[in-house]
Amino acid sequence: MQMGERVLEKLVCETTVEIRNADGLHMRPAMQFVDLAGRFASDITVSNDETHADAKSIMQMTMLAAGRGTRLRIRAEGSDAEEAINALRELVETHLFGEPPPAGKD
Amino acid sequence: MKFEEFVCFKATIAHLQATDRDGAIAELVSALVTADQIAAESAKDVTKAVTKRENEASTGMGKGVAVPHVKHSTVKQVVAAVGHSSTGIDFASLDEQPVYSVILLISPLDNPDKHLQAMENIFRHLQKERFRKFLRQCREPDALQDLLREADENPSW
Repeated sequence: MQMGERVLEKLVCETTVEIRNADGLHMRPAMQFVDLAGRFASDITVSNDETHADAKSIMQMTMLAAGRGTRLRIRAEGSDAEEAINALRELVETHLFGEPPPAGKD
Repeated sequence: MKFEEFVCFKATIAHLQATDRDGAIAELVSALVTADQIAAESAKDVTKAVTKRENEASTGMGKGVAVPHVKHSTVKQVVAAVGHSSTGIDFASLDEQPVYSVILLISPLDNPDKHLQAMENIFRHLQKERFRKFLRQCREPDALQDLLREADENPSW
């Protein structure tokens, strides 16, 4: 390996998101997340305090058991890491997976 | 959340009669009625709701396993029935392979976190090839019960 050579640019991006839809990260939102993550070339992992999940595996994502209010750390590594992080954060926090927030809140 | 806390051991079917997805769902719902977990008059509606949910997106996660589920007002706590098919059932799974183990999960309307915890438990174990293999080999309700209890007692198993 040669130092300074930029054949493969590896970018690392991280962010923390909060689950805001009422039902949390159940299977349907998890599938949306996995679908979106799969569109990026980067390796993406999602973690809570105990579990690290591959963002492209529905079985692993379901194992996060992330209810509303849970904060998850998303880490992307690869050429499109930044785009991936931005898109995933938007899905979780802006679009709430297309699901309603808790009753009584806007 | 352990299997013991939500799997109804009286609603385990070692040999599903149904050979199609909707039939298997109906059979597992019936098992929950027989086990007094859901009201008889709700059975049809529960079956319909699970089927509808399944049509939106398959819960056949691949590797021979499906986890059809729905939230329904007929239950106050998360409850699951487990069925085994020796012929294999077409669940329109992600890997397009037949399903041999079906875990039907019915959750109350107002406790999303318990639903997530039950799912977490199911998938944590289903990730393991050994667990899937044993699950598929269970031919008697007792064997299934032993397997799930063993999984509960040995989290790293």
